[in-house]
Amino acid sequence: MTARDAAFLFIVIFGGTSGELAVTHTMKRVGEVQSFYPHHLLRVILRAFRSGWMWFGLALMTISFFSLLMLLSWENVSFVVPVTALSYVLGAFGGKFLLGERVEPRRWLGVALVCLGVLLVCVG
Amino acid sequence: MKLPHRLHGKTIFLIGLMAIFGSLGDVLLRKGMKQIGAVSNWRPDALLATFERTFRSGSIWLGISSLLLFFIAYLLVLSWADYSYVQPASATGYLFVAVLGYLLLGEVVPWMRWVGVLVICIGVLLVGGTPPRTTEEG
Repeated sequence: MTARDAAFLFIVIFGGTSGELAVTHTMKRVGEVQSFYPHHLLRVILRAFRSGWMWFGLALMTISFFSLLMLLSWENVSFVVPVTALSYVLGAFGGKFLLGERVEPRRWLGVALVCLGVLLVCVG
Repeated sequence: MKLPHRLHGKTIFLIGLMAIFGSLGDVLLRKGMKQIGAVSNWRPDALLATFERTFRSGSIWLGISSLLLFFIAYLLVLSWADYSYVQPASATGYLFVAVLGYLLLGEVVPWMRWVGVLVICIGVLLVGGTPPRTTEEG
């Protein structure tokens, strides 16, 4: 893995994770989807798009998407996508240090396993 | 997180759709970018030309459509299920990506990489098996 790959992976992971959190925040406020009729779904989606957080999340996910395309022009998908699992590590540290969540030992063990797995994927 | 019984079936169904469409989308993007070639020229006009070629590629559009279906399933499931429940459940996607990359694109996946992917899946499942909320409801 080159420094260029690492830089783009960072953008993919950081943009993707923050974007997902912003989108989750929106959907929680929109409320549970109960009907799957197309016109009901459309109404839910339109309501979601009236939220600023939705647009912020989508902007981050767009940046993340184009960085992913660049990465995929250089490296195999069976390498790139597993490595993006490092977002769980970012999530755990972000949760602890930014949101004040208590990250329990089992979650740290999971995070450590993700790191070990990514290491194996990089070496393999 | 304990889901009410009425939510269980549709949750599993949508998470299954997420795993399939998500990994298929990534594999199709790799197929398209492989055809376009490695991005190595960073001059604005060269980047713009690559951008144009990217969006004329059928594989890229198929990949984007597949990821869009993934995203819709994801949005729907998040409206009733917790992020920390959905995220690990989609961990199987990492395994699908490696399998599809191997089967559809003929990628060489060394055995150590397979082990790595499995370890990642176990790690993600462990992260997800912990209580979803550790802070007080605000």
